[in-house]
Amino acid sequence: MRRIRRWGPGLLLVSPSILLVAVFVYGLIGWNVKVSLSDWRQAQKTSGFDTSAYRELFPSAELGQVGEFFRSIVTGRQSDTLTTDPAWVIDVRHALLFTVAFVAGALIVGASLAFLLDKGVKGEGFFRAVYLFPMAVSFIAAGVVWRWLMNPAPGDRSTGFNLLFDKLGLGFLRNEWYLGADWGASALAIPAIWALSGYIMALYLAGFRGVPEELREAARMDGASEWRVYRHVVFPHLRPVTLSALIILGHISIKVFDLIVAIGGKQLITQTPAVYMWILIYDARDYAKGAAIATLLLLGISVLVIPYLVYTVRSEREV
Amino acid sequence: MLSGLRRRRSGRVPRTTLLAAALIGIAVALALPASGLGTQAKSSQACQLSVFSWWTGGGEAAGLTKLIKIWNTRNPTCPFKNETVAGGAGTNAKAVLAQRLAAGNPPDSFQGHAGAELRDYIKAGQVEPVDFIYKAAGFGQAMPASLISQIKFNGKLYSVPVNIHRANVLWFNPKTLRAAGITPPKANTGYTWAQFIAALKKADAAGLIPLAMGEQWTAQHLLETVMIGTLGPKGWAALWKPNSESRWASSGVKTALNRYNTLLGYTNSDAASLTWQDAGKLVADGKAAFNVMGDWQDGYFSGSKAGDNLALRPGRDYGWTAVPGTSGVYDWLSDSFTLPKGAPHRAAAVKWLTFLGGRLAQDTFNPVKGSIPARKDANAKLYGPYLKWALAQWKTDTLAGSLTHGVVAPNAWATEFGTALGLYLQSKNVARFQAALVAAAKKNS
Repeated sequence: MRRIRRWGPGLLLVSPSILLVAVFVYGLIGWNVKVSLSDWRQAQKTSGFDTSAYRELFPSAELGQVGEFFRSIVTGRQSDTLTTDPAWVIDVRHALLFTVAFVAGALIVGASLAFLLDKGVKGEGFFRAVYLFPMAVSFIAAGVVWRWLMNPAPGDRSTGFNLLFDKLGLGFLRNEWYLGADWGASALAIPAIWALSGYIMALYLAGFRGVPEELREAARMDGASEWRVYRHVVFPHLRPVTLSALIILGHISIKVFDLIVAIGGKQLITQTPAVYMWILIYDARDYAKGAAIATLLLLGISVLVIPYLVYTVRSEREV
Repeated sequence: MLSGLRRRRSGRVPRTTLLAAALIGIAVALALPASGLGTQAKSSQACQLSVFSWWTGGGEAAGLTKLIKIWNTRNPTCPFKNETVAGGAGTNAKAVLAQRLAAGNPPDSFQGHAGAELRDYIKAGQVEPVDFIYKAAGFGQAMPASLISQIKFNGKLYSVPVNIHRANVLWFNPKTLRAAGITPPKANTGYTWAQFIAALKKADAAGLIPLAMGEQWTAQHLLETVMIGTLGPKGWAALWKPNSESRWASSGVKTALNRYNTLLGYTNSDAASLTWQDAGKLVADGKAAFNVMGDWQDGYFSGSKAGDNLALRPGRDYGWTAVPGTSGVYDWLSDSFTLPKGAPHRAAAVKWLTFLGGRLAQDTFNPVKGSIPARKDANAKLYGPYLKWALAQWKTDTLAGSLTHGVVAPNAWATEFGTALGLYLQSKNVARFQAALVAAAKKNS
């Protein structure tokens, strides 16, 4: 009785939130998984167990099919023998291209900006705000502007970057942007890099500032060059920051939807898994397959987030 | 009084306060959804005709506003409640609607493309048949018999069409064509395929974009007109009948796809980045020779600048004819309204559908929207030059239902068709495209 008195009120206080999270997060995740494993592939609701949705998203277990699946993702060429949904193969390729370009781009740009600001610039506060602002713009609004900036129209109909390149005599830089058949999906990452690199900069800047000045001084006393100070003293301290940045960028990348729809609409040439999920559920009413893609997206994000949580819990314990 | 607020020795918040806070928290959490339901129940007591549509802009919204005005003066006891969701061709609206129907919260009537697109609602038991309205109001005599037979599902009617649009229209700029040495086609007879390809070649040589095209759905729109123009309306209709996979594998479909492949060679390289308006404007601006789009293009070309249209003069600044091979064929689509099961005000909804199918509503809405009535007795004087032409054609043409705009294929099939087309637009592999279409037919027909 006494023990209940001790933790009872606290439990009661958080119970509404536990209840809501249980129903609206974990309950719905469970329901989503259940739908993905059902035969609810038409407008009518049925309850039978069916893995056909997943079978369309994965190659069959034969070695040849698995090889063909990965070859198709890597080369971007459609396969005549592969039994997996060819649109899904392209979506996965787009997601990978986008993720690599976006995560690498945002990390490099963000870290470089932070490095420059850390070296001491006049009006640091001003620059910090300028670089952070794009994050306040929603992806859908940014997409509309970037659609114009990355306009692939040829000749006198050019706008945005292509027009700028022409005017500057840099015509060889003209390109098709997101309509490029092979690498178009990585061009879609440019607006995302623009939007998020300021945030990554803020993370790194905090990281730089977290390195005690005494350590740097000590290294300098020992005769380390400025580069070596960063290489051996500052950067090793930034590993947790980089990890957090990776998680944040990675999960945004896997579920990217609004930016893609604002720039490319619902077209295969710019389609990502989240866009295909939307098309399957609301256009085709293929609820099982849509839910299967949702489940795979969640798993993809978990692969990123769970190791991070484990790491955080461990390092907190060490403290 | 104050002592109660003072912190105890231990520095902890008193237990009773915590308990009270927790109880309040739970009460709030429980009360929120309940109060939401409460307001809903209240608002449905007074009669209000809730109508769900995606008519939020341009001529559509203006036409709807006129209809609402008439409705409200005639039905002061049950005023109109306009529930629109923005988004081209209703993509967002359909998602919102699906959620409302699944939650058992239907509007009194909702918009849907007439034809197979409604089948999901019908099969899910979400809409009622409306044959009794047709019978009582005599719509069966007022509308073409072929239209009524094409929108029936299992022998029953499930919606009332308000308007008819035509998809197979070839738009051009007569001045641009003459400057490039191309004879503009006559509206009623159009080009043959050979004449059209020759014209495209000339336009290409003159430095024009021969055939302006936009994003993926407009590529599908073009493909459906090429297929109808190659297979004819009967061959086209046969593709959508049960067990049609062998017809999809036929040489006729192959010819159509190869013809389409040839046409794509004359389109602009940046098609996927253009909306249908962008593509149409290329013709209006004299940068492109031709464009295939539905006749909502007429509204965009001739409408006022204030409404973000181009204010061109029909016949002089732009011309039209049927897509090659489809003269005498009306590739039609239609906005229609339904009677949802469990409509909160069913009697008013029936009255609304009766009103919509009548001549007054159709002749009020359509001149503003830029479409023609589904009825045969329209007052032609109310319509502009293009629509007058379309009205005359509607009375004599053979009807072919549109794929891109929901008439011939249910949603699942139409989506698979679109995905196959998207894959083809990247690979340009006709044989693989046909195989994918055969597979889609096998699964869905």
